[in-house]
Amino acid sequence: MLNDMNESGVLAPYREYNQPLFQYGVRHLLVNDTEVPYPDGKLIVSRTDTLGIITHCNQSFVAMSGYTQAELIGAPHSILRHPDMPSIAFKGLWDDVQAGNIWHGYVKNLRKDGAFYWVYATVIPNVRNGGVVGYTSVRRKPSRAKIQAAITLYQTLKTQENAHWEGPQS
Amino acid sequence: MSSEPIYQLTVSPDFTPSHISGWYIFNTWLQRCLNARVHCELYDDFESQRQAIVDDRVDLIYANPFDAAMLVREKNFTALAKAMGVTDECVIAVAETSHITCLEDLKPGTRLAKTDDPDINLIGMIMLESVDLSDDSVTPLLVDSYVLVAKALIQNNAEVGFFLKDAFNEFSGAVRKQLRPLVSSEISDIQHMLLASPRLMAHTEPLRQALADMPKHLQGNSVLEALNFTGWQLLEQEDTEFMIDMIDTLKAK
Repeated sequence: MLNDMNESGVLAPYREYNQPLFQYGVRHLLVNDTEVPYPDGKLIVSRTDTLGIITHCNQSFVAMSGYTQAELIGAPHSILRHPDMPSIAFKGLWDDVQAGNIWHGYVKNLRKDGAFYWVYATVIPNVRNGGVVGYTSVRRKPSRAKIQAAITLYQTLKTQENAHWEGPQS
Repeated sequence: MSSEPIYQLTVSPDFTPSHISGWYIFNTWLQRCLNARVHCELYDDFESQRQAIVDDRVDLIYANPFDAAMLVREKNFTALAKAMGVTDECVIAVAETSHITCLEDLKPGTRLAKTDDPDINLIGMIMLESVDLSDDSVTPLLVDSYVLVAKALIQNNAEVGFFLKDAFNEFSGAVRKQLRPLVSSEISDIQHMLLASPRLMAHTEPLRQALADMPKHLQGNSVLEALNFTGWQLLEQEDTEFMIDMIDTLKAK
């Protein structure tokens, strides 16, 4: 279950979005433009089942996301989905890991308080007895140069997605 | 002539020198526990230890997480336990006199001193990745021990060095005073583990029980003290698979 964000605990000022999430309908997001720097030396680790439901998260995940462990376990990983991220990035992720491959990418994540943090993420399928039983994701600190390149790329992709989305409606 | 098998115990070459005697004491305890002959062989470097693994000479190993992946997936070893509260963390340090104050001061061509310890080198390079440095953009200086990494920094043969945190913390005050840590990893999920070969299959369960019970007995306690461990945490197959998955994600390029 994924609840809408509400203004309690969210940093002001914030912008509001209605973010479509695969299998969860639309989530109401409150987004603040404060970046929380990724701490040196830490790794954020989580595991999900094959549907992307979080089954394990480490302390760094809890600290950086702002959610409690109880809030994260059982939630879909898209609880971190930031509206600045283009859908195609996550489509690429799912296509790769469902095909049994490793996925890497730079991701802007949304915190519970509406702020954000950048990560360099690697996701691998967990293969047991020949079958995929879930996915492990490890996130680490990205360089500023790589973040800047990702911002430029994702803005372009978002513009294309929005144009494609709005076209039929106009 | 007795046909009784002689098993081999070995330890990842990155163990701290102050605990060499501890592993021989552990080996004596192990022989009593298994009622079997066990020879403790400590290899000087990872390459010679890996060759022993390839040649099927190793039966029980306190393994670096990198080798654990290979031992489990290719050699059918079983993970038994990990030392409680002991994790593999990397310290990136410079000489106390260095002008470098943070990772951002490191530039392409930086002279990097390191050992052949695979997980510490991996963790260290992941930390350098955040300032756009990679294996291709640093000038490595490979040495045989963490003491020699320290020496390379102090003598300005390298600008920055990778250390196993435990080894760094065990340096004498005189050495520590000449070094300055820039950053230390806080990963917590990457650990050495004790693994048994298929040849030891019949002994696996009694050994797991004996490891778990070590702190309950006077003799077991003194062995743990010699190793500087507080106890062993038993591992299930899934614990091992999880750590191997983590190592795979970190190695993936």
